[in-house]
Amino acid sequence: MSSTDISLHNDVHSGHDEHHDDHHDQSFIEKYIFSQDHKVIAKQFLFAGIFWAIIGGTLSSLFRMQLGFPEATFTFLEPLLGKWVEGGKLDPNFYLALVTMHGTIMVFFVLTAGLSGTFSNFLIPLQLGARDMASGFMNMLSFWFFFIASIIMFYSLFLETGPAAGGWTVYPPLSALPQAIPGSGAGMTLWLVSMAIFIVSQLLGGVNYITTVINLRTRGMSMAKMPLTIWAFFLTAVLGLLAFPVLFSAALLLIFDRSFGTSFFLSDIYVAGEALTHTGGSPILFQHLFWFLGHPEVYIVILPTFGIVSEVISTCARKPIFGYRAMIGSMLGIALLSFVVWAHHMFVSGMNPFLGSVFMFLTLIIAVPSAVKVFNWIATIWRGNINFTPAMLYSIAFVSLFISGGVTGIILGNSALDIQLHDTYFVVAHFHLVMGSAAFFGMFAGVYHWFPKMFGRMMDEKLGYVHFWITFICAYLIFMPMHYMGIAGFPRRYYTWTGFDTFSTFLDMNSFITIAAIVVFVGQFIFLFNFFYSIFRGRRATENPWKSNTLEWTTPVNPGHGNWPGPLPVVYRWPYDYSKPGAQEDFIPQNVPFSQTASSNLPHERDFE
Amino acid sequence: MSQTTTFEQPKTGTWDGGNEPFKASYGKLMMWFFLLSDAFTFGAFLTTYGLARHRHRSFEEAQALLPEAQRLQEFEFSTQWWPIPEKVFNAFPGFHGVDWPLAFVALMTMILILSSVTMVLAVEAGHRMDKKDVQKWLLWTILFGSMFLGCQAWEWTHFIAGDETGMTLADGSKIYGANLIVNQYGPPLFADLFFFITGFHGTHVLSGVVLLILIFINTVNGVYHRRGHYEMVEKVGLYWHFVDLVWVFVFTFFYLV
Repeated sequence: MSSTDISLHNDVHSGHDEHHDDHHDQSFIEKYIFSQDHKVIAKQFLFAGIFWAIIGGTLSSLFRMQLGFPEATFTFLEPLLGKWVEGGKLDPNFYLALVTMHGTIMVFFVLTAGLSGTFSNFLIPLQLGARDMASGFMNMLSFWFFFIASIIMFYSLFLETGPAAGGWTVYPPLSALPQAIPGSGAGMTLWLVSMAIFIVSQLLGGVNYITTVINLRTRGMSMAKMPLTIWAFFLTAVLGLLAFPVLFSAALLLIFDRSFGTSFFLSDIYVAGEALTHTGGSPILFQHLFWFLGHPEVYIVILPTFGIVSEVISTCARKPIFGYRAMIGSMLGIALLSFVVWAHHMFVSGMNPFLGSVFMFLTLIIAVPSAVKVFNWIATIWRGNINFTPAMLYSIAFVSLFISGGVTGIILGNSALDIQLHDTYFVVAHFHLVMGSAAFFGMFAGVYHWFPKMFGRMMDEKLGYVHFWITFICAYLIFMPMHYMGIAGFPRRYYTWTGFDTFSTFLDMNSFITIAAIVVFVGQFIFLFNFFYSIFRGRRATENPWKSNTLEWTTPVNPGHGNWPGPLPVVYRWPYDYSKPGAQEDFIPQNVPFSQTASSNLPHERDFE
Repeated sequence: MSQTTTFEQPKTGTWDGGNEPFKASYGKLMMWFFLLSDAFTFGAFLTTYGLARHRHRSFEEAQALLPEAQRLQEFEFSTQWWPIPEKVFNAFPGFHGVDWPLAFVALMTMILILSSVTMVLAVEAGHRMDKKDVQKWLLWTILFGSMFLGCQAWEWTHFIAGDETGMTLADGSKIYGANLIVNQYGPPLFADLFFFITGFHGTHVLSGVVLLILIFINTVNGVYHRRGHYEMVEKVGLYWHFVDLVWVFVFTFFYLV
């Protein structure tokens, strides 16, 4: 630390900049709690995301135990879960709540807020050469709105009637009628309130990311010189900005249906022999509104990891990313298409088959930009000088999972095949591979890769490898068998399935999946240990441990408020000049002008010398 | 540090960084993107309205299905068909029992459009750094905005209370006025959507008036004059025009078609 301290202080005293002097005067609360520094807010999102991931993972382990060992009694859970486990058997309503909350937490709180919140916040200003986000205050509000939403959702876990239990898609009428199941009572109300606040948080974050990318790029950082991470975060923010308000509308309308007697999503309906006053509404409308968000949402989850993985693969393969512009184009294509495919989630809702075939057509087109990306990643690795860092392993595994899960997407996108496969474990396997595991792997890649810049220390590589192989092998062990069960028609969300002769042959397979799921869950504690241990005791990092080109590695080891002690860096070249023939080193950072690299300049670059 | 000493300059085109490509500050851009997002919220509500409207028969369609002898000559309210807006919104404050279709809502729309005009004048005065004029036009805008809200309050009151004709139900009982569950004017969804959408728009107008009052206070205190620009007035102006524009759509959907 001493050497970096000296260089930091030298810069401070020769400084020409007003930002960095004041960070010594901040109180603890300003610096670590109500901070407006994008790096601190990013870490707040990361810690919150890790907290939620532990909860979400615990919930999945619990319902996997029920599915894997349907005859067993789990009396040891009684002290923890109280009346949700009676005589060692999970309460069926509790099972539904577990599945619902697992989905909600993982999709929204971990892979949306935890992922975008962490990496968009951390990397956008650092990689663009900006002092901070456009509005630090709104950025802070974004986290604290998320925090309030988190508290409400967390509180709902402890309600006597349990949290929301109508599935993470909260389809009415089940979710709209408090008398339908216990989970549609107070738990559902809190779910909706929490999500409404969550959307406000996303909006505050999203306008900030977009505006920062447009207005705060440093000199020379044109759109075509931005790292792919920034493109990915930018498009993610645009998707969130346009898709989340529609969920907001749907949530508000559902709140009115539930609490104020309106009939937006409810038609004539009887519950327990009692006719309700609702009339004239349409539950299918909710599905349309929900999936208008819901489908872009899966790209909100996966796009940031596209960026992270592109960056890590290029850096660790020591090769320029293959097809930089094609990568941007395919992300734009995916972002655009994501808004016109939502009804492929609703093929069996009774929609007109012609309309279904339109959505099928549009859905299958997404395979094209997705394949472009996969080919480009593979072509980048091809004959690269690969450093197998944990981040690189996670990125390569990401590509693997994305292919495995993407191929089944083509199957599910066909409306005729979907009739057989809808609501089976095939769907569960598909989206857990392509957006669940893949997004998690991208997130892990990001944490391992940018940990040195976040905390000034390195994570332990050996523990990283152990964590990686456990996670990677188990991800396939869990989700591969689910495809077979799904093709056989094994339905998702069922609490008991042993009553059906057709499915009893899957007893061993279900037990196997459960064991793998519990192993991978336990394996994550290796990561947690590595993460927290390395924050305090990890090997000290250098400024640019991966020999990377992007601007964040030109900051001091522990960047202060304002990121660069001196003036902002200036950008001359794209971020992927790795292993350029004729260059002295195998990387040329973005802020190195062409006049200093005469030996490696290509003919058309001589003009810039 | 890796700060490179260099004699050359990076490119300086519109999109080459280090500037504002849309010639707009981050605050203005944020307002634009927020409005884009808000447009999707309203879009979802209006889609809901369109779908609900489509699922119910109009008066003519319902009549065409009946045998000739049972057809009604005159429109009357029934849960069997979507009401004709001109028959619902035909009252005017102070004139009991008149049938002036859409007269009052036309007045409301005029007031809101006038408030947009005064908002434009306030923004223009801000460009000239004319504090007195900014104050004057902001005050007019606040006045028109509040008048709109007052009109809406009257319209809601009238809609909720109903009139003496009411609606006769199948069992012979009568209902008057509307709330979220029963509706004198037609299917309950008509009232649900009326309350929800005009209410959501009204909330936006109310927030706009609050924002206008805040920037009016700041203007009077000379905050923007000392700052050297009246950009905050412009930003609130963008919001105000958006709320106006949304009203045009709400008006078209609810009252005209």
